[in-house]
Order: sequence, then C-alpha cells, then structure tokens
Amino acid sequence: MTATSPARAGQHARTPGPGTGRRRPAKRIGLRSWRHRPNLVAGLGAFVWFLVVGVPIYALLVATFQQTEEYRSAGPLAIPDDPTLDNYVNAVQNGLLGFIWNTALVTVGVVALVVGLAVTAGYAIVRNRSWLSDSTFRVFLLGLAIPNQAVIVPVYLIIIQMGLYDSLIAIVLPTAAFALPVCILILTGSMRDISDELYEAMSLDGAGPGRTFIQLVVPLSRSGISTVAVYAALQAWNGFLFPLILTQSAENRVITLGLYEFQGTYRTDIPGLLAAVVLATVPLFIVYLIARRSLVSGLMGVGGK
Amino acid sequence: MVLVVYLSLTTWGGLGVPQFTGLSNWIRLVGDPVAHRAILLTLILTGGSWALQTPIALLLGVWASGRQRNRAVLSAIFFVPLLLSSAAIAIIWRALLDPNFGPLTTIGPLIGMPGLDFLSSETGAFGVILFVSAWQFIPLHTLLYQGGARQIPESLYQAAEIDGAGRYRAFWHITLPQLRNTITTSSVLMVVGSLTYFDTVLIITGGGPGHATTIVPYLMYEAGFQNYQFGYASAVACVLVAFATLASLLMVRFTGFGKMRSTREGM
Repeated sequence: MTATSPARAGQHARTPGPGTGRRRPAKRIGLRSWRHRPNLVAGLGAFVWFLVVGVPIYALLVATFQQTEEYRSAGPLAIPDDPTLDNYVNAVQNGLLGFIWNTALVTVGVVALVVGLAVTAGYAIVRNRSWLSDSTFRVFLLGLAIPNQAVIVPVYLIIIQMGLYDSLIAIVLPTAAFALPVCILILTGSMRDISDELYEAMSLDGAGPGRTFIQLVVPLSRSGISTVAVYAALQAWNGFLFPLILTQSAENRVITLGLYEFQGTYRTDIPGLLAAVVLATVPLFIVYLIARRSLVSGLMGVGGK
Repeated sequence: MVLVVYLSLTTWGGLGVPQFTGLSNWIRLVGDPVAHRAILLTLILTGGSWALQTPIALLLGVWASGRQRNRAVLSAIFFVPLLLSSAAIAIIWRALLDPNFGPLTTIGPLIGMPGLDFLSSETGAFGVILFVSAWQFIPLHTLLYQGGARQIPESLYQAAEIDGAGRYRAFWHITLPQLRNTITTSSVLMVVGSLTYFDTVLIITGGGPGHATTIVPYLMYEAGFQNYQFGYASAVACVLVAFATLASLLMVRFTGFGKMRSTREGM
C-alpha cells in the first residue's frame, strides 16, 4: 500500500479513464498540446498530499506490529525488527470484537431504516406534485443545515422518556434520523432522472403506484440506493456523539466509544491502542472495497449539479 | 428545535421536570467569558478550515479528474481518511503528537526543537485541531470537486487551446467559473461541518489547555452532560443552530446558488 512511489504524474493513459459524468469524453484531436502533456506542478502537488496522507497511515500500520518498548526507542518510521501480532491479540482479548458486533448491529439497523424510509419518501417527493410533499422536502433540506449536536439535549430527553436509554435502539433511531436528509437528497436526484414516458408505459399496462414503485423505480434507482446504503453505514459505523450520550454500559458499547475508553486505559501502550484502531477500521475497509464505485459516484453526483 | 428553545428557558438537572426560569440562561450566556471565547474560536476555526481546505480540495479534485498514470492508486490512498471514524483519526493523531514518545520526539531534535509539544500550548493545540480536521475532511471535498470537474465539457478546453490560452489561464477562466456550484455546495457542507468538530476536540485536547480549544459544541457538551445544566446547554445549542443556518443562508444568497444560474451560457 505504501510501496508505490508515484513516478511523474501526468501523461494520460491510452484509454480514457472511466468518466462518471453523463458526458463521454470528447474525441481526441490529433494535436499534442498542453492538454495531453504531463502537468508537473499539479503532479508534484498531488505527491505532496500523498505524503501528508500516507505518512501518518504508514506510521499507524508500522506501530501496530511493534513491541511497546521498541516503539518508544526506535522511533515511528523504523521498520519493526521483530514484528509481532501481540497488539492485535490484546485488543481482541479486551472485548473489541464485542464492540464491533454491537456496531455491526447498529449499522444494519440504521441502513435498513434509512433505505426503507428514504426510498419511499424520495418516490413520494418526486412523483407527487402536491403542496404537502413539497413542504416535506423543504423540511428535510432544512435538516441538512442543523448540526446534530444542536438537538442532542432534546434527543436525550426523548430517548429517556421512551425508556430506551442505554440500548442499541437508542443509537439507531437518531443516527438514522440524521442520515435521512442527505440520503433523500441523493435519491431524489437519481429518481428525477427516470423519464415520464416510463411511468406512462407502466400505467398503460395497468400497474398501480405500488407496482410501479417495485418494478420500475427501485430497479432504476439502484445506484442511488446503494450510495445511500453505504453513506448510512459510514455514518452509523463512525458515529460518536449519539453513543456517547445515549448509552452507558459496556455491553452496549460501540466501537468508537470502545476506542475512546481504550485511550484512557492504554495511556502508555500506543501500539496496542493503534492496533485497536486498525481492527476497528477493517470491516469498513472491506465494505469500501466492495462498494467503492457506488459511493464515489454518488458523492460526486451531489456536488456536480 | 422548538424543544431546544423551550429548554433554553428552563433550569433542568436531567432528572425530574424542567423548571421555567425565563431568560436566566441567556443572561448567563451573554455574560460568560468562556462562551464568548468559544464563539470566537468557533468562528476562527470555521474561517480557517474553509481557507485551508477549499484550495487544497479544489486543486486535488481537478487533478484527480484528469487522466494520469498512477491516478487510481493515488486516489485510493487519498480517500483512506474518509473511512476512518473521527474517533480513530483523533486517536491516531494524538498518538503521533504525544510529547513523551510520539514521533515528534524524533523529528523535533532534527529541526532544532527538542520535544515539540503542540498540545500543551494554546495556539499549538488549536492549530492541531485545525490541521487534523483538514486532514480528515479534505478527501470528501476532493471527491465533490472531482465530480464537478468531470462534468466540464472537453470542448471548452479545446476552444481555449485554439484561442491560444495556456494551461493556467484555462484553469482560471474555465475550470473555476464552471465549478461555481460545486464550490458553493462544498463550502456550505464545510462550514456547517466545521461548526460540529466535536469528536476531535474531545479526544485530542478535551477543550484545553485552558479553554483554548473549547469551541461551541464542546462547551455545550460540557455544560449539559458533564455539569448537568441542560437549560444552559440548550441556550448554547440555539447559538450553534443560529450560526449554521445563518452561514448556509449567507453563502447561498451570496453566490446566487438559489437562482441556479446556468454555467452553460453561450454553448
């Protein structure tokens, strides 16, 4: 991962890269102009940023394989003399897997809720031209601008009133609620692209709204839905504030809080702490590798319009 | 939201029923030097984040939208910070910045500064928060810009070239204006996001040293969930919401984003 040393960036490859916009790259014209020569300045800038991102990550990975003593004496960038997996073993023994399991439960709950609600809400917003659905959409957009810290006190109050304090459901509900605005924005974007003719064809064939929804809208907005699912998963996996405020006991602890607790206990055992960080990120990394394309294109779509 | 405003007018210790006490929380807020400082720090952090993140993310995004060798590999590495949670990122940086046995103790002597201890100086700690959040969020905005830059029609660049414009003029006169909407979107997200750096502050500095990194969200957390003054915390929350809404509205108004001006004029 870190062994790749970028040669001169620049020089477009023979095949054009996958364009994510709807516009296909224009045909090449036969000139060799500045548009096809390497841009050294930009390449250099990219390389600098590569160092800024890469070095900390490299230090992180290396440290996790070092003995604590060695970490202190050898400095951060040295290759470990005597690679060890002890740090990972320790992290697992300290209940890390339980935290990961809790987080996974929360994540599944949030994704199910968000996808279910966002898809149906998006459909209603796009298809109904009524005053009610329009104003609902406005309310959701307003939700984009409200930071979740701002309503944490009432959320805390409501959760206590509902008798859900210190349960995983207490984390799922608010996390899902705060992921919804962005998700609805992404989905309405992809549903608007479904042409009216298709709807007309469906209704001519005698399909009701429910059937249209299942057979037309869901398949056609599949990429939007997967983006939303990945986004919600990311939010749920990395959420920190809601678990911090709304849960208490160790059996309901999620991974971010687990790390935070570890930081208190492991004041001097940095490699052990960092190993826990790496372990906590692995599942997410796997999801990222699987769903990278949909996540990236979905995020691009938000900014491109 | 209504509930927040109501609670800000009460005194409530987290148990029992909130007592209505009128404006006392607001009066306290207006007279609280820590709160003043928190508001100021939040504004500085927001401005600083924007000034630091936007240029880097924009340039990286435009670069990544091109077609170069190694681009895919580099992009994949650039986006790693997106996957790490704030908590994880904060822990990594705290470990790296540890004055006793972090890497800086090795690097420090090399540049003639034994034991770089950023986290115990006030400006240093604040700088660390600014830097770490930039490190964390630049990839996301890079993605937005990459998407925006990919949608710029190639024909514009061809035209620029025929007219004899160089690479930098093309960037200045085509890429930037074409990215106007993307810049707005990204900036709104960035500003609202930077009002909410909470995890980073809690883990790396805990609001200290002194109150040097006590920004508004952290102040609220401290008031509500450590001192159980939920009424006061709600008043602070109102300030936070007011900021976020105001910032979004100002930016949308200022850039004409609401009018959805087309960037495809004259095509």
